[in-house]
Amino acid sequence: MTALTETHRTAAPSARFANLVPATVAWARNAVANTLPPLVALAILVGIWQLLCMGAGASLPAPSKVVTDTWELISNPFFDHGGTDKGLFWHLFASLKRVAVGFSLAAVAGVLLGVLIGQSSLAYRGLDPIFQVLRTVPPLAWLPISLAAFRNADPSAIFVIFITAVWPIILNTAVGIRQIPQDYRNVARVMRLSGPEYFFKIMLPATVPYMFTGLKIGIGLSWLAIVAAEMLIGGVGIGFFIWDAWNSSLMSEIILALVYVGVVGFMLDRLIGFIAGRISGPKARS
Amino acid sequence: MHAYLSLENVGMEFIRGNTKSVVLKDVGLKIDRGEFISIIGHSGCGKSTVLNIVAGLLRCTTGGVLLENREVDSPGPDRAVVFQNHSLLPWLTVYDNVRLGVDKVFGKTKSKAERHEWTLRNLSLVHMDHAIAKYPEEISGGMKQRVGIARALAMEPKVLLMDEPFGALDALTRAHLQDSLMEIQTTLGNTVIMITHDVDEAVLLSDRIVMMTNGPAATIGQVLDVPLKRPRRRLELAEDPTYVHCRGEVLRFLYERHRHVEAA
Ligand SMILES: Nc1ncnc2c1ncn2[C@@H]1O[C@H](COP(=O)(O)OP(=O)(O)OP(=O)(O)O)[C@@H](O)[C@H]1O
Ligand SMILES: [Mg+2]
Repeated sequence: MTALTETHRTAAPSARFANLVPATVAWARNAVANTLPPLVALAILVGIWQLLCMGAGASLPAPSKVVTDTWELISNPFFDHGGTDKGLFWHLFASLKRVAVGFSLAAVAGVLLGVLIGQSSLAYRGLDPIFQVLRTVPPLAWLPISLAAFRNADPSAIFVIFITAVWPIILNTAVGIRQIPQDYRNVARVMRLSGPEYFFKIMLPATVPYMFTGLKIGIGLSWLAIVAAEMLIGGVGIGFFIWDAWNSSLMSEIILALVYVGVVGFMLDRLIGFIAGRISGPKARS
Repeated sequence: MHAYLSLENVGMEFIRGNTKSVVLKDVGLKIDRGEFISIIGHSGCGKSTVLNIVAGLLRCTTGGVLLENREVDSPGPDRAVVFQNHSLLPWLTVYDNVRLGVDKVFGKTKSKAERHEWTLRNLSLVHMDHAIAKYPEEISGGMKQRVGIARALAMEPKVLLMDEPFGALDALTRAHLQDSLMEIQTTLGNTVIMITHDVDEAVLLSDRIVMMTNGPAATIGQVLDVPLKRPRRRLELAEDPTYVHCRGEVLRFLYERHRHVEAA
């Protein structure tokens, strides 16, 4: 008996260790399997681009030239020489700040309006046709109106973000609310849940996946719109940086900025996805 | 003589566009406290409509429902419903699904510890105390239905309403749940209205079986007493003459006198 537990005790750590090794190997293999293909694809694409643009008469710079041309910008994103002569970090930061403000306003307004038209069929009949028309207006078409209304570049840009992002949030939230099964409503009615209880215990959890679909589309559209809007309104911002580079024929800077725009857009999308995952947590594992 | 629960000349019409369909007409029924009633009838005759009217989820167009002499006009936890497809909230655990109703009904009268205790007690009544931290999608259909029953029982309803509670389950699971339900019924003595399609289930569980005629304008065709002693055991009952008689009565009603026209 004692002998048995004794051998057991000595055997345990080595057994655990033996399990640890294959686990680490499996994890590493998994990580390689996920990161290797995109890296290879990227290398091939950059290689093709390099070959195409290497010649003397190429109209676009090759990747190697982009890096040498913009090395100063890449290596020091934080410089600030006053005015619009700032590092790329500051341009991106300014754009992100506008998006953050406009998008937050759109999220709040969008969810509230979505709840309204999802919940009340009268509001739905009244507002849905209007929303359907307004949402097809291209973001930049709002810019002249908002410039006229706000007489100021920054609030105009924020308004454009707002008006771009708000429609998918409204419509997806409304769809989410309208699909809440009648059974869940009946459960709430039998329990006599109050308005706020119904909102937090049933409506919100049932709608969260739909809301986040809207928020994800909204943040993508915001990022598309801000770059375009900043090209027109000027000031500090990644859109203006691109426009400025174009006016000075600095193609390499434009290409660098595009890479940053893409990466930031991707990260914004992932951020919303991450928040959605945290909020719905284990409840929405279906 | 006042019945505990009474349906008085309940009629129901649905109006869609400009077509009016009469679903129920003159449904009258008196139910005593502690009685177990089944409603049986062909599909589409209006059984769920009757149950939803008692629950208060639908308002009848004529007549009314009285529970302890008070008119039923809205849903409430005193008439808890077990839905056919369990209707557990998928974002809440088994425990939290039951606790939601407990908090709502006993929020003012029981302390937090008592509510916790009460939630667990009801889950153990349906033999689900081993899975309180699981989410609905992680448990089987039979288990979900058990939790649905626990959620309804935990609200301590005056009348427990069940709309084909075992309709979606396989025969074995169904038998298990019927046994559990009988066991619970012995301890709690609830007043129950259950809708079913299953003749054996109706005879096994009920004190009275309410048989409905076919729609449109369905009503109660016959009410059958089931004078079987409790506790009832399904194996012994199979050859019991009373059981066989009751079963025959229901079958005759459903398949001779009120044969479903479209079912042929
Ligand atoms: N909201 C409604 N509007 C119009 N007609 C309805 C509505 N609800 C039910 N009905 C009709 O009422 C009749 C009875 O429906 P009900 O659901 O009560 O039948 P049931 O006996 O429960 O059927 P099943 O056994 O299939 O569940 C059906 O013909 C149905 O079409
Ligand atoms: Mg039904």
